[in-house]
Amino acid sequence: MEVLLQQIINGLVLGSMYALVALGYTMVYGIIGLINFAHGEVLMVGAMTSWSIITMMKEASPDSPGWLILLMATLIACVVAAVLNYVIEKAAYRPLRNSPKLAPLITAMGMSLLLQTLARIVWTPNPKPFPSLLPSDPIEFAGAVITVTQILILAVTAISLAVLMYTVNHTRLGRAMRATAENPRVAGLMGVRPDTVISATFIIGAILAAIAGVMWAANYGTVQYTMGFMPGLKAFVAAVFGGIGNLGGAVVGGLLLGLIESIGAGYLGDLTGGVLGSHYTDIFAFVVLILVLTLRPSGLLGERVADRA
Amino acid sequence: MTKNKLPMYLAGGLFLIVLPFILQMFGNAWVRIADVALLYVLLAVGLNIVVGYAGLLDLGYVAFFALGAYIFALLASPHLTENIPALAEMFPNGIHLSFWVIAPIAALCAGLLGMLLGAPTLKLRGDYLAIVTLGFGEIIRVFLNNLESPVNITNGPRGISGIDSVSLFGHDFAKTLNIAGFEVNSVTLYYFLILVMVIFTIIISHRIELSRIGRAWMAIREDEIAAKAMGLNTRNLKLLAFGMGATFGGLSGAIFAAFQGFVSPESFGLMESVMIVAMVVLGGMGHLPGVVLGAVLLAALPEVLRYVAGPLQDMSGGRLDASILRQLLIALAMIGVMLMRPRGLWPSPEHGKSLQTK
Repeated sequence: MEVLLQQIINGLVLGSMYALVALGYTMVYGIIGLINFAHGEVLMVGAMTSWSIITMMKEASPDSPGWLILLMATLIACVVAAVLNYVIEKAAYRPLRNSPKLAPLITAMGMSLLLQTLARIVWTPNPKPFPSLLPSDPIEFAGAVITVTQILILAVTAISLAVLMYTVNHTRLGRAMRATAENPRVAGLMGVRPDTVISATFIIGAILAAIAGVMWAANYGTVQYTMGFMPGLKAFVAAVFGGIGNLGGAVVGGLLLGLIESIGAGYLGDLTGGVLGSHYTDIFAFVVLILVLTLRPSGLLGERVADRA
Repeated sequence: MTKNKLPMYLAGGLFLIVLPFILQMFGNAWVRIADVALLYVLLAVGLNIVVGYAGLLDLGYVAFFALGAYIFALLASPHLTENIPALAEMFPNGIHLSFWVIAPIAALCAGLLGMLLGAPTLKLRGDYLAIVTLGFGEIIRVFLNNLESPVNITNGPRGISGIDSVSLFGHDFAKTLNIAGFEVNSVTLYYFLILVMVIFTIIISHRIELSRIGRAWMAIREDEIAAKAMGLNTRNLKLLAFGMGATFGGLSGAIFAAFQGFVSPESFGLMESVMIVAMVVLGGMGHLPGVVLGAVLLAALPEVLRYVAGPLQDMSGGRLDASILRQLLIALAMIGVMLMRPRGLWPSPEHGKSLQTK
């Protein structure tokens, strides 16, 4: 029982990070119908930036408290990621907005590769230890353990989601976003500037991804230029799982995928008699994706949408 | 083929036949580069059926390549009989099937796998396919890396070595062939083998392109809803394109395994898939000469870079080496070509109109 509880905690932590990244995918997809392949790379850039800031701040003032350094690093990472995603959209996706689907998709892939390569040049290829800035003593909780970092991840995710939901549902910008997602041309006629809305969407997505990136780094204690690829891919699966274009769906999908992965990794070895071990964890996401696409293509919470011609 | 084009084809053919002998004079390494470039042409032409004709973005093409390579590796090396005693009893000398038997098997298996993967996903929107195929490529790699226990099938990250080479009319391709005092190297023999395969594939591709099926694929690429309205069975046609591309991928894989004599999961990473997609896109989707050009350009690029990268590496303190530079250029090329020449460097003159920016 303790093992199960532990896996559930781990799964929720993992899932909340997926959820934050999945929101970025789902918002961009909902508005311009593009799978932003470079989104995982934005997470990576956020994490790497925060690592650089932390290293610098630790050298400059070793006495400042850990939480302050982490907060500063996260804020700066968010700004860098937001600027980056804004530029990416403007330079690589906007000129192709009216061309067929394949063109921006290939550009997005190229962008992902470009960011990875640049990060490899800037931060050199070897993995770097991410300093632990928060108390690392695990807290006992009904037989399972949870770290301060993990509690913080859950809390920050909840706060970010609340802020996002408020923005989308109750502000002027949110209304403009929903209108653009519904129909960009009609939204334009009603006085919404689609370009501004799309830029705002990319910026919000980047901020969420950067937060997730810092969390990822703090949770696993290491950063590397390749770290964005898998979380990005799995977050996309989470977005599809929940129903792409649907914000609540992305959160549910992310959490469920995290739980499936962590519980699956815990029990796969026992279930298959040791034939398949926990190193097959990465497969779950894709099996889930193929199953969802076969059985319920619109996702758990998604509605069936017709192809827009 | 019009008459005035004939001399051009003859000159081209003669050049391709003489090329390895000229390269051989500079050393076998150069012929090897030509071999690898041709192998990439084979892969790119295969993927062109999927991406170029039918407009389906397949980011896991390398999975089929890997499947072909591993099927060949398992059926033409002592690996399986060494690790599975039951098989060793059945085949006391080890399984050493001929290349000519395995290659069709590998191609067929890859094709079937392609169909199997395509069946649930192809009826959906095109961009899902990109992610599913990408994930599928990763799944295959995870399996190749881990299928060594409880039964050692793929030998994990260490890969399988000791793979037989191709032999034709009793001559082993690993040995130098002596024709009337004229020596033909092993790498040159492979050059001709791959060249024949490439020409064979290009002819098939070209014939399909001009056929009813080819036109149907292009109609789907241009506008799927309209194609459906014209009575095309889009799902089956897409499945056919996908399966066919995979078949060529499997065939290339078998050749690759025989040529290298060694396979390991490292050769089948995501970067390879991206590279092949980049070749097709860069050259000109759906246009065979363009695709061949793209493949040759990108395959030869690292060799050229090797000479440029040395000084750069010193200047940048080891941060820029040939492989990083290559990745950087591929990434920039993918973005730049899509933005400035969305139809590729050498696009087809009449098709692919909808790929132009409106």
